[in-house]
Amino acid sequence: MTILKRGLSRRRVLQTGMAGIIGSGVAPLVFTKGAWAQEFCNNPTGDTVVFGLNLPLTGTYAEEGADEQRAYELAIAHLNGEGDGGLLNVLQPSALKGNGILGKKVTYVSSDSQTKSDVARAGATRMIERDGAIMITGGSSSGEAIAVQGLCQEMGVIFMAGLTHSNDTTGKDKRRYGFRHFFNAYQSGIGLAPVLGDSYGKDRRAYHLTADYTWGWTQEESIKNATEALGWETVAAVRTPLGATDYSQYLTPILNSGADVLILNHYGLDMVNSLTQAVQFGMRDRQANGKDFQIVTPLISELMAKGAGESVKGIFGTSNWHWNLQDPGSIAFTKSFGAKYGSPPSQAAHTAYVQALLYADAVERAGTFYPPEVIKALEGFEFDGMGNGPTVYRADDHQCIKSVLVVQGNESPTSEFDVLNVFQEIDRDTVTYDPTIFGGELGEAEPVPMCA
Amino acid sequence: MPKFMSRNDLLLFAGFSLVVLTMPIWLAPFGAGYPDLLQRFMIFGIFAVGFNILFGLTGYLSFGHAAFFGVGSYAAVWSFKLLTLDAIPAMIFAVVISGLFALVIGFLCLRRSGIYFSILTLAFAQMSYNLAYSVLTPITNGETGLQLTLSDPRVIDAAVGQGFVGQPVPNILGQQLSGYAGFYFCAGFLILAFFIAQRIAGSPFGMMLKAIKSNQTRMQFTGFNTRPYALSAFVISGMYAGLAGALLAVTDPLAGAERMQWTASGEVVLMTILGGVGTLVGPVIGAWIIKYFENILSALNDNILARFWSFLPEGVADVLVKVTSKFVGDGWHLTLGLAFVIVVIFLPGGIMEGVRRVAGLFRRSGSSGAKTAPQTQPAE
Repeated sequence: MTILKRGLSRRRVLQTGMAGIIGSGVAPLVFTKGAWAQEFCNNPTGDTVVFGLNLPLTGTYAEEGADEQRAYELAIAHLNGEGDGGLLNVLQPSALKGNGILGKKVTYVSSDSQTKSDVARAGATRMIERDGAIMITGGSSSGEAIAVQGLCQEMGVIFMAGLTHSNDTTGKDKRRYGFRHFFNAYQSGIGLAPVLGDSYGKDRRAYHLTADYTWGWTQEESIKNATEALGWETVAAVRTPLGATDYSQYLTPILNSGADVLILNHYGLDMVNSLTQAVQFGMRDRQANGKDFQIVTPLISELMAKGAGESVKGIFGTSNWHWNLQDPGSIAFTKSFGAKYGSPPSQAAHTAYVQALLYADAVERAGTFYPPEVIKALEGFEFDGMGNGPTVYRADDHQCIKSVLVVQGNESPTSEFDVLNVFQEIDRDTVTYDPTIFGGELGEAEPVPMCA
Repeated sequence: MPKFMSRNDLLLFAGFSLVVLTMPIWLAPFGAGYPDLLQRFMIFGIFAVGFNILFGLTGYLSFGHAAFFGVGSYAAVWSFKLLTLDAIPAMIFAVVISGLFALVIGFLCLRRSGIYFSILTLAFAQMSYNLAYSVLTPITNGETGLQLTLSDPRVIDAAVGQGFVGQPVPNILGQQLSGYAGFYFCAGFLILAFFIAQRIAGSPFGMMLKAIKSNQTRMQFTGFNTRPYALSAFVISGMYAGLAGALLAVTDPLAGAERMQWTASGEVVLMTILGGVGTLVGPVIGAWIIKYFENILSALNDNILARFWSFLPEGVADVLVKVTSKFVGDGWHLTLGLAFVIVVIFLPGGIMEGVRRVAGLFRRSGSSGAKTAPQTQPAE
């Protein structure tokens, strides 16, 4: 058992002694800056390097977490040269050799973040301090992502965000050590609004139900702005607690509110519950203001669509990626994932897999694990072949800029996985925005903080 | 008593301090010798010691102590944001605010005793949680949690022209508090908290509190007004909770609403009962055990179990992995529940009672048993 294996090492004794010295305030006399030139948190010295996977295995987003874990295991296998190589073969440009990272074999430790910020931070700290993780990745809630991103900045460990869609992650809470491949709520708004206008008209009245945390707030704001620009009116925006199971108390007032569109800013199990219950309320069969009542789910994934079953048919939303895309990258990933796990990957799995590869590639290009160099290698990196078309890791806010998919619930699914259709692919120029609109500061990469 | 502390108290205090300060060494073989968990051991130790001042001494069972813990955290983080990144003002601020908060809630709740008191505290705590979670979002940042940012005002730091590079993190007089430095910082406070609790328990004031527990009515008939005593105990224990919450914010500057949830209040009750209600060391041990379970058992997964059982033949190992996997990972609550049930049924006085029984066995078998006379119990 690994936890028993690490006994009282010399390193540990030295650390303890050193901490005692720091504690007694002698430290400033002993340390001189610069003595630690290439010394940084969890500098891998052996022949392995450890990824820290912080995944919600219980809680509202547990299903996404489980799928992310599968993707990370696959990515790590591919990085080590096992399996069919997956996206290693299609990433352009690529420095990956399939022999681990800088010749070191990749291993991982994982922690259940329970979809809670506090727990996610404690788990990340454990993986950094005890297990020596060189990089933290994962998470499927923006609350978690922002909390862990802040922690990683303090510790000097790179954080490759998993599924996080809040504008704040690369907006007002952006950090130099945090990187996001997933798209954000603002881009959902830009992508989705024209489609909604074409399909439902320009004089709609919208009612929002919103998950009450950072992601919900920013998505509500983005969708509100985008639809109001279209000419829609927002009747009300009601916040619901994360992890609620019964939405009837929130759904009843909608019937008499004069709204004719319900926008569900929910995700994961919340979305499955709220959408199913809204349909059971007969909302989709209703008429309001002389129009058919509609439901919109701005962010949706295959896992949720599968969970909601019949209810999702014909409903519009946006996705980061879909397994049915026909570019070489998507085909390679779907094939590789399907061969190993027997189901097509979700968008959460895709973003997790890509993040792991992008980190490894950046380290190879930088030629070192030293975080500031890796950060430089990632900032402004242009790449292609990962399933989203040409993509750039924007240096100003560490947001990946790439095309966004508008999807629609499949009216006649041919299999249990064929639940969403790609309705339109919005190209990357349309969804590019000025990074300064959300404020925030990245902070500095150097000096690298030393973790314990 | 002419002496400042009895020999036994002094020994207990010295032993406790030694055990706490050497934790990084003796916990390493158990996989728990890393700073973050050690800090939590200290912080929740303080929380439990404080809770025991109320529950252990006066017998008032509060189901809402997490509220004070959370208020302490929020107060500390706001101090970091508005005033300075130094930990000392933040902690003073947190203890004062949570003390005031405890005064208000205690004043209202202590009008009732027994189960009604517990329900009232539970209600207040749940209200605080909901306020923090949604109503007071501008102050608490809701579910996302309150964090430090580069653009915080920090007026005192700005006034003395103290800048910093990178991410703002709490410090003490310019010293970083991450890692083992943070642990020793918290350990110092746990030892201090333990010392104060020890002094309170041994003081005339502590005697009053114990009298409230044994028979409040009789005490009132003898002419004591019990409520000020109970209220003081409530406020002191609320301040302990605030201190613990502030320390958690110092070591990890993020305050989330879930630390005020009723499960967090229940956890401190579990800690105290598991360790031994009314004893000094018991609650701390209970806190350590629960935090150990939470952090270590919950991190075990099937792969690690498979490696652990790999010395057995394949079929047996698979079965054992299947069975044990239910008790670790996200099933760690099951293990905790089992442990709790066993302790409550067989050792109603908690782990400390187990320790006493074992010690009693040794004493009886040893020939020098006469030296330690049994403590005289005050007659009813």
